[in-house]
Amino acid sequence: MSKPEKTSASGNRLGDRVKNISDTNLLLTITIVVFFGMYLGAIVFQGAGFLKPQTFFNILNANAALIILSCGMSLVMITGGIDISVGGITALVSMCCAVYLDYKGGNVFMAIVIALAIGLAFGLVQGFLVAYLDIQPFIVTLAGMFFARGMTTIVNTKPFNVENEAFTALKMTRIVVPGMGSVNKLGKYVNAYVEIGVIVALLVVIVLFCVLRWTKLGRSFYAVGGNKQSALMLGINVKRTKFISHLLCGLLAGIGGFVYFLHVGSGSASHATGAEMDAIASSIIGGTMLTGGVGNIIGTFFGVLSLSTIQNIVSSAGLDQAWWTGITRAVMLCLFLLIQSVVMKVRKKGIAGAK
Amino acid sequence: MQTKVAKKSNLSDFFMKLVKNQCFIPLAALLLLVVFNLIADPTFFKITYGFNSAGNPVLSGFLITILDSGSELAILAIGMTLVTAATGGQDISVGAAIAISGSVLLRVLCGTDSRPETLQTPIIVAFLVSCVVAMLFGAFNGVLVAYFKIQPMIATLILYTAGRSIAAWINNNELPVISEPSFSYFGEFIPGIPIPTPFFIAVICMIIIGIVLKVTNLKLFTQAVGINESSSRLNGLNPAFIKVLSFVILGLCVAVVGLIKVSRISTINYSVIAKDIEMDAILAVALGGNALSGGKFNMAASIIGAYVIQCLTTTLYKFNVQSDALPAYKAIVVILLVVASAPAVREKFSSLTKKLKVKEVA
Amino acid sequence: MENNIVLKMRNIHKIFPGVRALQGVDFTLRKGEIHALMGENGAGKSTLIKVLTGVYGKDEGEIFLDGKEGAIAIHSPQDAQKLGISTVYQEITLCPNLSVAENMYIGRTDGIYQNWKKMNEDTEKILKSLDIPAKPTQQLESCSIAVQQMIAIARAVDMDCKVLILDEPTSSLDEQEVAKLFKLMRDLRERGVGIIFVTHFLDQVYEVCDRITVMRDGKLVGEYAIKDLPRVQLVSKMLGKELDDLSDIKGEQKAYQKEEGAVPVFEAEGLVSDAGIKPFDFHIDKGEVNGFTGLLGSGRSECVRAIFGADRVTGGTVKVKGKAVKISKPLDAMKNGIAYLPEDRKVDGIIGDLSVRDNIILAQQVLRGFFKPFSKAEANKIADEYISLLSIKTASKDTPIKSLSGGNQQKVILARWLFTHPEYLILDEPTRGIDVGTKIDIQKLVLKLASEGMSVTFISSEMDEMLRTCSRLVVMRDRRVVGELSGEDLNQIKVMSTIAGGDK
Repeated sequence: MSKPEKTSASGNRLGDRVKNISDTNLLLTITIVVFFGMYLGAIVFQGAGFLKPQTFFNILNANAALIILSCGMSLVMITGGIDISVGGITALVSMCCAVYLDYKGGNVFMAIVIALAIGLAFGLVQGFLVAYLDIQPFIVTLAGMFFARGMTTIVNTKPFNVENEAFTALKMTRIVVPGMGSVNKLGKYVNAYVEIGVIVALLVVIVLFCVLRWTKLGRSFYAVGGNKQSALMLGINVKRTKFISHLLCGLLAGIGGFVYFLHVGSGSASHATGAEMDAIASSIIGGTMLTGGVGNIIGTFFGVLSLSTIQNIVSSAGLDQAWWTGITRAVMLCLFLLIQSVVMKVRKKGIAGAK
Repeated sequence: MQTKVAKKSNLSDFFMKLVKNQCFIPLAALLLLVVFNLIADPTFFKITYGFNSAGNPVLSGFLITILDSGSELAILAIGMTLVTAATGGQDISVGAAIAISGSVLLRVLCGTDSRPETLQTPIIVAFLVSCVVAMLFGAFNGVLVAYFKIQPMIATLILYTAGRSIAAWINNNELPVISEPSFSYFGEFIPGIPIPTPFFIAVICMIIIGIVLKVTNLKLFTQAVGINESSSRLNGLNPAFIKVLSFVILGLCVAVVGLIKVSRISTINYSVIAKDIEMDAILAVALGGNALSGGKFNMAASIIGAYVIQCLTTTLYKFNVQSDALPAYKAIVVILLVVASAPAVREKFSSLTKKLKVKEVA
Repeated sequence: MENNIVLKMRNIHKIFPGVRALQGVDFTLRKGEIHALMGENGAGKSTLIKVLTGVYGKDEGEIFLDGKEGAIAIHSPQDAQKLGISTVYQEITLCPNLSVAENMYIGRTDGIYQNWKKMNEDTEKILKSLDIPAKPTQQLESCSIAVQQMIAIARAVDMDCKVLILDEPTSSLDEQEVAKLFKLMRDLRERGVGIIFVTHFLDQVYEVCDRITVMRDGKLVGEYAIKDLPRVQLVSKMLGKELDDLSDIKGEQKAYQKEEGAVPVFEAEGLVSDAGIKPFDFHIDKGEVNGFTGLLGSGRSECVRAIFGADRVTGGTVKVKGKAVKISKPLDAMKNGIAYLPEDRKVDGIIGDLSVRDNIILAQQVLRGFFKPFSKAEANKIADEYISLLSIKTASKDTPIKSLSGGNQQKVILARWLFTHPEYLILDEPTRGIDVGTKIDIQKLVLKLASEGMSVTFISSEMDEMLRTCSRLVVMRDRRVVGELSGEDLNQIKVMSTIAGGDK
């Protein structure tokens, strides 16, 4: 009777290895490999520009806000939902803070509080509608996105640059990364630097990674996304978990909004257009499954980097017209969606076949 | 005494029938808007007869604006209703797809020259090409939804982001301008007819969809698939095909709206054309009393819904709300609509009314 | 009270709108026994279990646990778990994307910090002690279904469960996996856990169980020690016929006379689908009524689904009127004159929001094609015709089908398929959950259709119905065809003993 058992146990080692790795780690591995492959390719084909550490840090500087937004998005997506209001919230936060700082003469600390409050408010309302009234998250957050964009215009129509001194000082603060500098064309040594936003983004990534890995709450996000019904039977408060995921996503959109604001230093209704899409794309490229239950914050981090690296490659390859960015993003997203669906199908088949 | 009761119940029966008719919801909303405008400012209903810059007789006024812009929405609502019914999701890429089809239209009309003296191709040929392109993009969405089982909104998110870029790419980011006056007939006025052409186009579309629904099984099959996919399959239907079909039809609607949009200004602005129109189209379907989760649909109600949405937009404009701020108000309407139709809320509501009734009886 | 009684349910009543699902049911479970809960469809066993696990509230009755005096109240599955009543369902209720260890512990530990090391170590111990072949860090999805089920059981055991309910755990397992599961069950019995085992497989009952409780029509039939209840007795009790007073209902239909040299209307050889049935041969002649019989879950529905192309057919050949055809989807079958009334009316039959009229014309409409809709007048005429033919009770033909009663819904579906004028009609449980009058109507109709030359395959859980209508029965057990009865053999005793198999 035990004979068939034996054959299955002594099967292909590598196959077993692949079979036993969790979905999350499998997709994470794919993401990291893709990123390093891409970056290496960029160095080889696009020349030395990509070798300079500052090129890499510039990618971080430009995408700090997106990293934070994408982290929030990953949380919601792991729980099986989606939030497309994050771009709108970013614009609204920028505009409100800008108006508060310049027209009302406010201070930077209160601006941060405002940013967080806006994010929280969106998270609260959307989370309630999705979790407790059981309305499709897409419809709710679509409305949220339009509401935020509309409100941005209502708060102030014209885009403008912020001139508040304390704020500009904060904006210009550069944190030197020791030992990573390089010699510029004039033969002068220039320090490599990152902006404050990058520090915030990295903190968010680390904190969320820990939350998802080592707390009950984090694991319940995965459980709810994996199978809602089962999670309920296993004694998890599904509604509350969903609610918290949207709340956190809103809060992170508030933080991301402020980091974005800190980077651009202006308020405008057209800020962060398509950021929701970038965040979703980054999450998916980073190995978060649309169907929920699978994903990793580190992957999301690399997802953002991959997305902007490919954009850098595309533009330094001479395709720098604006539309290439949009098309590249969409193609990347489409590709990774299909990869996910194919990889998962093959795995399911493999497991079923092994049985 | 008895007759009185009977009469009363007859009346309430009639009332119930009226309320239950799907067109009641959008019509009631329309009535509300009309009453509001009557009280706030009756000039809303003023229509003036005059001549435009080309010397053609035209009617103008807020009502004409509604008839004009609402027609675009009505055409889109036709396709959106079908997609909603078949898939239980919505297509959010229609705005971007309009940009693409408009861009294709201009590209074919202008050829390589961005400001041609004469059209390089007949308008009808260019239109047909744009139809095919729009239908292909619709099919792309449909395949992602039906065969790869990606939620409609996520699947269409891809085109939503890439669409306007693709549109710009088609024309090398140039803005072709058509100088041929007859091209503007589709979006503005045909000489001698004071009513805006889009309205006629919308009427033609309505007639066509009316005929299609009559001479084919589109309605029955779409509804069957939307209500119960598994059962539809056992009745010999191919649910995936029906879903793709609904997206392709929406593509056709998109091409028609693209023609109108481009014709209005004889050129295109990739980032602004048909901006936020997906929201309005979804709203039109929802306001028409169609469940956003799919199944049964009522085309007439959706079309009326489209005009009501335009009426709302125009009313907001009239009160000096900026066009960029409009989405905020509409978002509130959407949320109110979905909250009111959420099963959780409905259950609460019906149990409340039941309690009230019990009290009444007691 | 005996002190080895772990669970006692007394006089449980549960009423759903229009149905008395449980009427005064008693149930007793002792420490360290495996207790089979048996009954056919609608017997109320799943309702009883849902009452016990707090999914449904009970309308009347008391539940005692552990021989304690006071009756306990169970309001939710969580309550039940806390009291030591755990359930493992046929569909795995664990999270496939989490690791084995997480699935063991999620949702039932305190604090906010998740201690992976301790969790993995504890899980390792439990898995080892229960001899479950899985690693704690493995993703659950990569385990076989049987192992997943064992992990669910391990979780329950680790939660100090006193009562373990296994609700059809073996339905999707192969023989080896079942053997492993049984070993685990016996282990737990040694540890003093009371196990309630719900299954449709008779062999399995006689392999592991100590005691059997039989239910029928929401009532308790009786509780028996396994050695006191031979298989045939069990089957007769489940089906509601005492063997002693079997008045040998012989079919009313005339024995079917096959015409010389006639080709079967439908013929299948080695047909097999991906729904887990063993390959089977089958044929039906013109004007014949035959049936698939067997207990619920024996694979009878899967067989007819394979014939209709409703499940993915993975092998075998099919001939229609002697001509080899390929049936890979329902439309193929329909085009070959086959019609299929599915078992699950709600999920596979009705299109709930559509009107009675649209539901009637749907199948024929699909056959006619996209561009040939019936005009409104035609559709109305057809609807009227079938509404009066089958005396369907509906407010109007515009009424949505979902607001009709079960029996009338079924008649509408029947009308749908009759309207396609099939040569071969498959009826899978057409009489389930509908009133007696309609049941008789449907049986009469089947015989009438057959006399007009239609071939009919009829499946029913009710033996009487089958014997009354069918001239040949294909008997199934545990997903394979185990016999074919016709003529003299068509009587209750013979059918039951064939179904029961084993100790004939």
